[in-house]
Amino acid sequence: MTLLSIEGVSRKFGNVTALSDVSIDIQQGEFFALLGPSGCGKTTLLRILAGFETPDQGGARLDGVDLLKLAPHKRPINLMFQSYALFPHMTVAKNIAYGLERENLPRAEIKARVGEVLEKVGLDAMANRRPAQLSGGQQQRVALARAIVKRPRLLLLDEPLSALDKKVRAEMQLELKRLQNEVGITFVVVTHDQEEAMSLADRIAVMDQGKVEQVDAPVTLYERPRTYFVADFIGANNLFTGAIRGGVFSADGLGPLPSKATTADAPAALAIRPERVRLTEPTPGMVQGVVVDVSFYGGVSHIAVEVRGLGRKVLAATQGSARITPGTVVGVTWRPEDAVLIAN
Amino acid sequence: MSRGRGSILARLIFLGPGLIMLTLLAVVPMLLMLSTMFFQRGRFGGVIYEFTTANFSRLFQPLYLNVIQDSLVVAGVVTVLALLIGYPTAYAIALLPSKWKTIALLAVMLPFWTNFLIRMYAWTILLSGPGLVNETLTGIGLIDQPLELLYNRGTVVVGLLYGYLSLMILPIYSAVERLDPRLREASANLGASPVRTFFSVTLPLTLPSALIGAVLVFVPSFGNFVVPEILGGGKAIMIGNLIRDQFLKARDWPFGATIALVMILVTVVLLLAQAVVSRRTRSA
Ligand SMILES: Nc1ncnc2c1ncn2[C@@H]1O[C@H](COP(=O)(O)OP(=O)(O)O)[C@@H](O)[C@H]1O
Ligand SMILES: [Mg+2]
Repeated sequence: MTLLSIEGVSRKFGNVTALSDVSIDIQQGEFFALLGPSGCGKTTLLRILAGFETPDQGGARLDGVDLLKLAPHKRPINLMFQSYALFPHMTVAKNIAYGLERENLPRAEIKARVGEVLEKVGLDAMANRRPAQLSGGQQQRVALARAIVKRPRLLLLDEPLSALDKKVRAEMQLELKRLQNEVGITFVVVTHDQEEAMSLADRIAVMDQGKVEQVDAPVTLYERPRTYFVADFIGANNLFTGAIRGGVFSADGLGPLPSKATTADAPAALAIRPERVRLTEPTPGMVQGVVVDVSFYGGVSHIAVEVRGLGRKVLAATQGSARITPGTVVGVTWRPEDAVLIAN
Repeated sequence: MSRGRGSILARLIFLGPGLIMLTLLAVVPMLLMLSTMFFQRGRFGGVIYEFTTANFSRLFQPLYLNVIQDSLVVAGVVTVLALLIGYPTAYAIALLPSKWKTIALLAVMLPFWTNFLIRMYAWTILLSGPGLVNETLTGIGLIDQPLELLYNRGTVVVGLLYGYLSLMILPIYSAVERLDPRLREASANLGASPVRTFFSVTLPLTLPSALIGAVLVFVPSFGNFVVPEILGGGKAIMIGNLIRDQFLKARDWPFGATIALVMILVTVVLLLAQAVVSRRTRSA
């Protein structure tokens, strides 16, 4: 069931296009991620949904209700700010109770719910502290608690973990996922960290320069990128530009490459993951190159091959330590079905 | 916070010149002057160094108590009005686009570039019988007779308010300006109406600065003697006039010093109150 549908939203700031015709449908109960490089419009989209920014064009519906007609404080959406935006003059408990007090709930209920959520985020002992007396990770939990205690239809999180160091971050990722399962709220997380998006989200919208490039499950994004940007942005990839002619993909300056082209003649790009690339004895008609770098880490060897006529090196990854040495001339190949063709 | 002896020394070195100046040129003369309140006045001015408490009992005569009370009321009214006018003004300026902000701030500070006395005399011209205000009012037919706008307590309040309003606006402006706009957005996001957000978030977080503004307005208003003289026509005198008269006209230094002590005490109490309140709202 679609909870939120964003329909053709555009927003410009002067001559900067922050969002350009963005359409996304988000399902009830989903953990959804907006992924893209810094400045691609992720925060602007969240701010439009929360009501702090208005789109030049387009609309947004939550449960079929036109969101843009509602004042910010009437929207059943909560936003966890990138900077947390905790009220510095209130205690942790007061910060969390603030949203419930606005609903005029009975005092006993507010107290119970605040206590419950504090326990959930592991901050029962900090209830009477001020935000300034907490660590970054603790402040982040307060911000999260303050947002989920309202039990909103939709929770927006703007780079919720970006201020945390790596170790705390990994912990909090697990915790976010667990919380989302527990409370059953639909989460939309903004991040520029693809690993974070891949590990957390059910589905990811990859954005670039205000446009949505592809919306798909993490595995699909990795295995079947539909645009050059996505193929390049998600994970390591070898990309060749060229064209499909007569059912064969030919790379500019290289000639035909293994692929299963089915589409009609058109300019296209070919993407092949390093772990799918095979280095062999060179045979005629095969792409050839010289090994320039071999590095071994984490049980995987990375081999960089310089191919004449190609601007960037071809990367190959193999399990275990590679027996190949720099300077070796190799043939570069892969199974046709492993290559992904991307229409331009 | 213990930082060791070295840093105490360093602080003394930095504070030294200022402290010495303050001690020699302000604290010592003031203490010398205040000390005269325990002595008697000479017949033709001057001080006779014989101990007495007469100055204090004189202070409690209704005549003087009334002046002190009137001064507190006038300064209090000025401060409250300044707060009521200054807060919305400062708030509005802080939310203006930056180009207009500069212009608005300039307008707030502009009067400072003109001598205080001249500005007060300007009011007497505006408010006098044949002045601009009366002319305008009779001109549009609102009144037949020129109003008695000058030389009453109201005029003094208006003059003081005009004189010190910017001292209220500037600290509040800078507090609102510094306030993270995300806090207001967070409040709205949690379901607070704009009014609720103002009273629960904006106001408490800018209150310490408003209190600084209040002290900055109250203190010079309370001790002022120029405005009551010029705009009050000497009919609505305040504690400042009393002190000035004791020193310059009656040549009664001991009693002048006694009244001055009242003023200093009021100021100190206010500063302490302000410090306590802002400490409580600001930190842990
Ligand atoms: N209020 C604003 N005024 C002017 N430009 C803005 C404003 N908000 C965002 N932008 C611009 O819009 C683009 C998208 O910004 P943002 O949504 O914050 O990106 P992200 O969150 O993906 O990093 C950026 O180029 C940014 O500079
Ligand atoms: Mg952002």
